[in-house]
Formats: sequence, structure tokens, C-alpha cells
Amino acid sequence: MDYSAKYRDAAAIKQVIHAIRSLSTRKWPIMEICGGQTHALLKYGIDELLADAVELIHGPGCPVCVTPLEMIDKAILIAAQPDVIFCSFGDMLRVPGSAQDLLAVKAAGQDIRIVYSPMDALNIAQKNPDKRVVFFAVGFETTVPAIAMTVYRAVRENIRNFSVLVSHVLVPPAMQALLSAPDCRIRGFLAAGHVCAVMGFHEYIPIAQKFNIPIVVTGFEPLDLVQGIYLCIKQLEEGRFGVENQYARSVTEQGNIPAQSLMSQLFAPVDRKWRGIGVIPASGLQLKPQYSSWDAEKLFTLENMQVNEPEICISGLVLQGLKKPPQCPAFAQQCTPEHPLGATMVSAEGACAAYYHYRTNQSVPLSDKAHV
Amino acid sequence: MQSENPAAACGACPIPIEDYPHIVMAHGGGGELSRQLLDKMFKPTFANPLLANEHDGAVIPRPGGKLAFTTDSYVIQPLFFPGGDIGKLAVYGTVNDLAMCGAKPQYISLAFILQEGLPMQTLWNVVNSIRVAAQETGVQIVTGDTKVVEKCGESGLFINTSGIGIIEHNLTIGPAAVQTGDVIILSGDIGRHGMAVMALREGLEFESQISSDCAPLHDIVKHILAAGINVHCMRDLTRGGLASALVEISSSARKQIDIAEDAIPVREDVRAACELLGLDPLYVANEGRFILFVPQSETVKCLEICHAHPQGHDALVIGRVSDTTQAVVIAGNAIGGQRVIRMFSGEQLPRIC
Amino acid sequence: MCLAIPGKIISIQEGEPMDRTGKVDFGGIVKEVHLGYVPEARIGDYVNIHAGFAIAVLQEAEAVEILQIYADMNKYSGMRDGLQC
Repeated sequence: MDYSAKYRDAAAIKQVIHAIRSLSTRKWPIMEICGGQTHALLKYGIDELLADAVELIHGPGCPVCVTPLEMIDKAILIAAQPDVIFCSFGDMLRVPGSAQDLLAVKAAGQDIRIVYSPMDALNIAQKNPDKRVVFFAVGFETTVPAIAMTVYRAVRENIRNFSVLVSHVLVPPAMQALLSAPDCRIRGFLAAGHVCAVMGFHEYIPIAQKFNIPIVVTGFEPLDLVQGIYLCIKQLEEGRFGVENQYARSVTEQGNIPAQSLMSQLFAPVDRKWRGIGVIPASGLQLKPQYSSWDAEKLFTLENMQVNEPEICISGLVLQGLKKPPQCPAFAQQCTPEHPLGATMVSAEGACAAYYHYRTNQSVPLSDKAHV
Repeated sequence: MQSENPAAACGACPIPIEDYPHIVMAHGGGGELSRQLLDKMFKPTFANPLLANEHDGAVIPRPGGKLAFTTDSYVIQPLFFPGGDIGKLAVYGTVNDLAMCGAKPQYISLAFILQEGLPMQTLWNVVNSIRVAAQETGVQIVTGDTKVVEKCGESGLFINTSGIGIIEHNLTIGPAAVQTGDVIILSGDIGRHGMAVMALREGLEFESQISSDCAPLHDIVKHILAAGINVHCMRDLTRGGLASALVEISSSARKQIDIAEDAIPVREDVRAACELLGLDPLYVANEGRFILFVPQSETVKCLEICHAHPQGHDALVIGRVSDTTQAVVIAGNAIGGQRVIRMFSGEQLPRIC
Repeated sequence: MCLAIPGKIISIQEGEPMDRTGKVDFGGIVKEVHLGYVPEARIGDYVNIHAGFAIAVLQEAEAVEILQIYADMNKYSGMRDGLQC
């Protein structure tokens, strides 16, 4: 794309990579929060090009990965109702629930549709007044404004056959939880650029101060990523711990005020379970009680459903950056994108899937993976 | 969409629409209505001496040498899309599979599975498109079948075609013939078919000028073989895209393939559509592109032939076969990074998060 | 997380601030997007689009920090010989 071309310029990227390698005196453990960044880093091979200078720890910023098992099971229960059209972003369909995934429900004949925007789901509700249309509202702060606007419209236009199954999660509480863990190895963060486009970065300033850790708001193109890493390592080498903004073309300190204001009008913080990690206090958003007529969990009375996760997979440790995917005995053996054991193998953004798709230095017998 | 179909201009449907505006179960029942479909629509449209024999199968003359034989089924939705339709695909797809074997396509079978309620005009448009594509590619439709199944959701149609082609050279073409050092040529830009179809999917729609790349490849292959190029392997890129074709060949040949990711041409609008939906163009479907494995010494000559042909005008070298024990496809980029290219599991789902 | 793609606004359907929509060109493909969160956006502006919503108007000016990177680089480049990039 025209606009992005300059952020993909190989000469500029190589220059920054060179600078990072010159600057770094040790292999700094830095976490990129966001799964989209994990993917770009591995796709371009930036992690390997910088292997001497930085250990990139892949964070939990993948909504598909951290959506708890019980929420997937709730989605499956709702989608299996005969009068429901269930709408979702594409890759939630492949996430394994306790017994099956949404693709299996679709194959069994239920009406499950992939949409690009939650507004598309609202349009489907208006076109199908005899059906109940439910949108699977997953995602971090970036996605919440889209859901908020959709619910706002549904409320304003009194569209009663539309509801949302809300599983929103928030980045700052998760960062605090990671940093508070006794075995935390993270020395710097690349904060997720698009989350900050919505929320600004003022929330990160107290975190950087409290935990003495540099936080660099970073974009998603390869030049953005190497610049973000550079700024983070520079702070570490100089013993500074502040918040810097690499992604200034899209992010301001205060963020998108109209979006934040509609979010807080409709949503309230809630303790949220993260798949593989557990409950993190005030790390999620739920619809406020006055909007319960549009809250699928309430409409389908699924609020009290609890599901425990299987113990086989180490995706929780991967999501916390304590293990790398190839360190899992099941990685690329019992656990593949075709038969995922955990959500990090399911999502195209999940760290396990990213390693499976892009990595060269793994002892996987690639030649035995032939497909017919 | 149907009004854009060029086949729609090929005369009125021979089965008066007012009699049967829609397909009914009896059109596949073997009785009078089946007969009517055959006699009024299929036979006159695909007229050739072998079809005119009205036998249970086509009896075809036996050529000397080797034959290539292939089959494929076509289930695309929607039936009509910018740049093509299911009928065109059903002919080109089978023609292309034969061409990739180095064969000259000769005969095709045509089997329809229709859903009850399908508008007769839709069938007629598809049948005409098949006729035009068969004429263009020089294949005869010599046998066929029609079944009708009960309606389930929107009424559609499915096509199976099988094809026979004649091999008129002594080359062994296939993954087993791939050699270390072979150069990999790609016939042009990738991803247009998949994104042209994606643009029409409910919930994901976007406006674009992207048309399917669907095209027959028999003629460019004929030129390449006629020039005496020592082709080791060819593969047309279909579902699963360039990535899957490379992985399949690497895996069958048990050779490592290295490609230069930045060299692979993707039109700007196709790339933009992929980025918008979170898809990787290497995995997006094509219907008129192919890759060739040739000895390095014949690269220049092969490219010259490709460039002179409309189906290979922008052909270029994208990689080579290297000498390792691992059957793996590795894409390198301009910053010096590498990634492994794998088969995609299942369908690429648009992602947003 | 949060795939957001830059595109250029080519037309705007004005309305209540929260209901504004527009057509955005992403390198040759055009999609209708919601502009309710970017009341300042004008035709010709680049916006970052996520799930059909513009979440930010992109600023042309580079951050001071980024310009600083390149100034720094001159300082660091060549400090260690033999490094390949």
C-alpha cells in the first residue's frame, strides 16, 4: 500500500537493525504485547535478525487466544439455538471449546456468519427480524469502540433481536499482572499501537514508574517494530524508564476521546478470566446493567456457566512469556493448527501458530508434514 | 452479476423459460424432463460427433503415446463473479490440470449436480459459458450427466469435469523430475481470483476493480514445450495459492525451495484487500497462474516465450531449488529475514484481531 | 491484536457527528467506514480503520523521537566493525 511503503523500506529497516545491534550490550528480554506485532516480527524474521540484541517475549495481546474456554462454550451454546444467526470475526470460529468449535456448529447446519464489522451483524439483525442475531464481541480496547457504537445504535433504534456476547479485555491490568508475577523476566514493553490509538498512553506512565520499566508505544509495520525495539533498548542501556511514543502518526497521549466516552457510557470494568492465565482483576469490560437487553449472556442466561481448562497445554505459560512455543512437548506434534490443543495455536496471531508458520530453527520434520 | 456474463448474450434459453423457469427434481430423474434438458440444451450447445453417438459413454479414437487424465469438481459461490463464472472455471480448471501434465487437452466430461429451484436461465448462462470456454481451449465435451438434488438454502449448481489430454513429447514432467538448482518461474501476479470472489461475500464486501485471473494455460504451455524447454515440473496455482503449490512440490520432490518474497508480484489493490481482511496473498486462490521448474540454463529462453504470451506476460523468476535434505519452503525478504512457508490449515479466515 | 489499516477518505456522508460515514480508499479498494469517532476527519485525510471504524486520523509529521533515532544512528553506526545487517 502506498501509505505503508515507507514503513516497509528495507534499507531503513536494516539501518535501524544495525543501530540496535550496535547499541545493545546484552540480550534484553522485551515483550511485545500485541499478537499482531508477534506475527509481523516472525513474518519478517526480525526476531532472528536481532537475536543477539533482544529476546522478544510474545505477550497475551491476542483476543482470540485469551478468550476463556467458557466464553467459547457459551458462544457455541448460543450459536446452536435454531432461531439464532451467530456473527463473529473470522478466526474465532476455529478456537476450540470444550467439545467442539464454532466451525463444527456451522457444519451441523447452524447459521454462523463471518463479518468484517459488528455493524454488519446489526444490519443482518435488521434484515432478519424473525431471528435473534448475536455478535461475538471479543477484543481489546481497539475493538471496543466498534462494539460500543453498534450497541449504541441498537439501543437508539430499539433493535431488539440484536445482542452481543461480550468478552472484552484490557491491556494495562494484564501488564500489571505480568509485572507482578514473581518470576517475571520482562525488562521492557512494546505497547500495542492500536490499543493506544483509542486509549492514549497516559495509563502507561504510572506503570512505567511503578515497575521501573520502559514502555514504547509501537506500530505494526516492520520499520515501526524495529524503531520501537530501538527506543526500548536505548532506554534500558541508558537506565531510563519512561513511556515513549514511536507510533505518533496514529497515537496521542490522550487517545480518541469520542471513542473513550462512548465506551464508558456503555461499558463498565469487570474481573475477567484470561485463557491460560486465570482471572485478572478489572481486566475486562461488560455492558452496564441498563443495557442488559442487548447482553447475550443475560438473554441466554449463561452468566453462571463455569468451564475449567484442560491441563495438557502450556499456552498460559506461553502467553505470560515464561515459555517459548517449541519448549512445549506437544508443539507441532499433537498440537498443530489442524488440531490445536490451546488457543495460541488457533489464532493466526497466537504465538504458537506464528512459530508453527514462520520459524525455521525448530526441529520439526517438515518433510513429514506433506498434505495431499 | 448475471447481466455481466458474456454468455448471456448467446441466444435465448432453448427450454422456454415459461415452461420451466426453475429446475425441478424431474430434470434429473431420467424421464421426459431429463431428456428435454439433454436434447434441447446440452446436445445442441456442445454439438460434436462423439456426443452425437448418444451412447452410454464416449468412444474415442486411441492415439499413440501417453495420455493424461484428470478430474475436478467446481463448487464456487457465487456462480458469477468479476472475470468469470463457474462454467468457465469448470473448463479452464480441467484444461489447466491437463496442461500442467504437459498434455494437449482433447476431451472433457461434464457432470452437473443442480439444486431444485435453480433458475433455468442461470443454468443456460453457465452452459453457454462452458461452450465458449470449450471452443476457446479446443476441447470437446463428449459425455456428461445431470442430477438434481433437493433444495437446501439458496439454489445452486455444482459441476464435475474430467479431461483427457494427449502427451506429444518425451519429457517426464512432475515433482519427481525436480532437480537441485532448478529455477522457479511464476507466470504473473497472484491473488486476484480469491480476492475478486472475497469482495462479494456477505459481510466482507468491498468495492474494487479486481477481476478473477481465470484463464486457460494450455496454449502458453504448448509454446513452452514446442520451444523444447526441458520443463521439470509445472503446477497451476488454485486453492491454497502459491504457498500450497510450492509446499506440495517441495514435499513430493523432497527438496528445499527458496523464494524471494519481495519478488512475488501482487497488485496493489489485491494486497490492500488482503491486508484489510488479514489474509496472506501467498495463500489466496488463483485460477490462471502457474509455476514452472526449469534448469537454470533455460531460464532466459523460457522467460522470453512466457513474455510473448498473454498468460505469461509478467512472468518472472521467484526462487530456486536448493541442495539440502529438508523438504521445506523458505521465503527470504529484502531485510535479510526468513520465514518458513507451510500449508495453511483449512480455509484462510478473515481476521480482525 | 487489532488489525488496523490506513486508508484515505474519498467521500463523506455528513450527518450527526456519531453517524458520519465515508468511503475510504485502501490502495485501490474502497470500503464504507464509520467516521463517528473522528469528527475532525476531512476528505483527503488518512485514517486508521479497525473493524469498519476509523479510530485515528493519521498525522503526517513524524514524532520528535523518531527523528532522534536517525540522529542517534549516526552516533552508533560504525561503532562496532564487522556487524552485518
